[in-house]
Amino acid sequence: MSLVTELLAGNRRALARIISQVEDDGPEAHALLAELHPHTGRSHVIGVTGAPGTGKSTLVNALAKTYRSQGQTVGIIAVDPTSPFSGGALLGDRVRMRDLAGDPGVFIRSMATRGSLGGLARATADVILVLDAAGFDRILVETVGVGQAEVEIASAAHTTIVVEAPGLGDEVQAIKAGVLEIADLFAVNKADREGADRAVLALQMMQGLAPAPAGHHGTGRQAGHAAPGAQADGAWLPPITKTIAVRGEGVAALHDWVEQHAAYLRETGQLARREATRAATALNHILRERLIAALFAGLTNGELDRAISAIARRELDPYTAADHLLQAEKPGFPGIVRRP
Amino acid sequence: MTDRKIRVLVAKPGLDGHDRGAKVVARALRDAGMEVIYTGIRQTPEMIAEAALQEDVDVVGLSILSGAHMALCPRIVELLRSQGMDDVVVLVGGIIPDDDVAPLKNLGVKGVFGPGTSTRDIVEFIRQSVG
Ligand SMILES: Nc1nc2c(ncn2[C@@H]2O[C@H](COP(=O)(O)OP(=O)(O)O)[C@@H](O)[C@H]2O)c(=O)[nH]1
Ligand SMILES: [Mg+2]
Repeated sequence: MSLVTELLAGNRRALARIISQVEDDGPEAHALLAELHPHTGRSHVIGVTGAPGTGKSTLVNALAKTYRSQGQTVGIIAVDPTSPFSGGALLGDRVRMRDLAGDPGVFIRSMATRGSLGGLARATADVILVLDAAGFDRILVETVGVGQAEVEIASAAHTTIVVEAPGLGDEVQAIKAGVLEIADLFAVNKADREGADRAVLALQMMQGLAPAPAGHHGTGRQAGHAAPGAQADGAWLPPITKTIAVRGEGVAALHDWVEQHAAYLRETGQLARREATRAATALNHILRERLIAALFAGLTNGELDRAISAIARRELDPYTAADHLLQAEKPGFPGIVRRP
Repeated sequence: MTDRKIRVLVAKPGLDGHDRGAKVVARALRDAGMEVIYTGIRQTPEMIAEAALQEDVDVVGLSILSGAHMALCPRIVELLRSQGMDDVVVLVGGIIPDDDVAPLKNLGVKGVFGPGTSTRDIVEFIRQSVG
């Protein structure tokens, strides 16, 4: 039996080995993904992002339990950073997910960010596809909530939950990292802690929804009145849910919002649009990787170095240098970019 | 671009609740460039074998201080084998009497590391054992 046949038959070892192939971009990865692709497109993919320590893993554990109690199966991808110094990684998210151990309806995979930004987004999207083909109803993807990588990974999810927690200065961080744009739902976790209401208020203010201060009227979008969720004009206003992940409190409400968002995506035709975005992102990454690999493979030894030193010596500008490199006749890279 | 990393599961089976040693080893392996999946304390053999399968690790490192190694290690080796993970390298560290080393190795434990072991030796051992 082939690995893919075994995966489709529910063999978890085969699933784990295919994920490794795909993550390593190993020799069989592309063939495996091609074989799996027709079996994908059924899972709802939920991204869970936020600063370290906000309680993402704990929340993923609690959400997964909620889904399991309703008979849905859950695949989990937990991403932690690779150390830039050693290339190694300490992946500790499973510590918070021990409640899920022994449940055949759950599969947890830890992933390190490894090299490049684009590489992570590619690998994550591919591992999502593998879990999707394996038939998990919901896929939860926990990512380190820092910077641009979030935006890329969000494009691989249908519903993105941004997790905030009081006392971490996240109000500011959220704006900085641009996570406001990617959030479909907000969870203010650690609601047992002082400052949770302030965090909720800060988020509402960013949404333009906080009640106007006394004496002011009509500032902000329907100040204080718009109900979150699907709006009459077809937009989606991200709801803010307070949770205490360690106790499972508020998690049922968060779960309901995820499902409402999934329904909203289906009913408004946005799902098809998100699928197109996912497809575009995936294809873009692959094309970029391939084109660059093909270009470098076609360059003779030293061609690049000569161009670099010519630029450094101010004999050539980088744009002209790039034109030269792209125009030269190269085996396997015939005139992809050629100016008339 | 194949980027094959050595993946190691570090687990603490049994009931004793202290995992300082396991964490030191986990960090040392990370600093040696490995991907270390840390699962925390009080893991049952079933939990460890299942995590090893899902994470598709090359190595399972066990930290056992409770004296229960003669019961726990063979059980974990057996569970790994029963799920087709025969070539996973199983290591155990902690307080293991000399007399138990040979029996453990006969039962399929590849390496046994006592309290004084330097983490460098463990890193070296893993690099040698994982093809
Ligand atoms: N007080 C409190 N602590 C929590 C809550 N959720 C998670 N934690 C704790 O916050 C710490 C970080 O949680 P973790 O899930 O690992 O956060 P992550 O880094 O975002 O994945 C752990 O010690 C959790 O037990 C919560 O709702 N309330
Ligand atoms: Mg985490």
